[in-house]
Amino acid sequence: MSVIDTTRPPSEPARQKWDTRPKLLIDGDHDLCPGCGEPIALRCMLEVIDEMGLSQSAIGAVGIGCYTALTSLLDTDMVQCLHGRAPSVATGIKRMRPQSLVYTMQGDGDMVNEGLQEIIHSAARGESITCLLLNNGVFGETGGHMTATTVIGQRTKNTLEGRDAAYHGHPISMTDLLTPLGGVGYVARSTVTTARDIQRTRRYFRKAFETQVAGKGLSFVEVLTMCPTGWFLPVQEGPSYLNETMSPVFRIGEFKVDGQIFTPGA
Amino acid sequence: MSATILTRGTVTIDIALCKGCELCIPACPIDVLTMSEARNDRGEHYPELAPGCTGCGACYFVCPDFVFGIYEYETPKTISVPEGAAS
Repeated sequence: MSVIDTTRPPSEPARQKWDTRPKLLIDGDHDLCPGCGEPIALRCMLEVIDEMGLSQSAIGAVGIGCYTALTSLLDTDMVQCLHGRAPSVATGIKRMRPQSLVYTMQGDGDMVNEGLQEIIHSAARGESITCLLLNNGVFGETGGHMTATTVIGQRTKNTLEGRDAAYHGHPISMTDLLTPLGGVGYVARSTVTTARDIQRTRRYFRKAFETQVAGKGLSFVEVLTMCPTGWFLPVQEGPSYLNETMSPVFRIGEFKVDGQIFTPGA
Repeated sequence: MSATILTRGTVTIDIALCKGCELCIPACPIDVLTMSEARNDRGEHYPELAPGCTGCGACYFVCPDFVFGIYEYETPKTISVPEGAAS
């Protein structure tokens, strides 16, 4: 079978539609594992910030997890926060610099296990910030053990027989916690397993940032991401495992838009 | 045997960045990406492009390592592909 030379642009007159890496990423070479979903979600967010022309005013408050390794590559202002405290730090930034676009980036271990009260109180206060939750159901950075969002039956490093509700308890759904709060303007959940899902994730990020710009309260986007390393799977099986185990528990869609509550799939 | 198709664009592949996760292979709607026999400097197999790419961008979106770039032809181009390679 013939192979086309893809090391250089085509010889015919053509324009570059999409660059290899987002404009707001200083270097495309990062150290996350093969098959990780977090850089895909990050790309969606960076491209939306760039499209909206807000890159000069964007400030990120980042928790602690694998994605923290990417912060030195991001071309927006960044603050590195302690475990779970990103929404509180973002609150301070937004109140001192109300014209800036303030976003937080946290994993499920960081947001739901270590700093659940921070996001809940920030949401209840109606802080005008955008919070991103990268949910893969494991503490990926420290070896793949169970978090509060690990679904029932999911195998992790310390639930080798699968998470047992009687022994380990039940998973926490952040959208269910945040949607009823009055200070919250936008709540949505998406995944990054297919090109179609990724387009939807981009759409949700845009709506979330528009909610913040319009001052309609806290906006929250949860993205289900693959962690084949933490799930002890071959990298190719990450998306199908996510669709089979996590997607049935964590419903995909918009839960709250402009303060109005929806039920996805109903 | 070959067939002709109309294509709007194509991809570039920066193989040095590829970590060999193979997410792009099932993402391609017309199956023109295959993993190479050779390995890059990281020691990983990387995707190779067979004739028939339409520049849809599915591989670009799913790639966690930002390997793909998408180019759009100024005028759509007719190319010949092996029979049955693109449908």
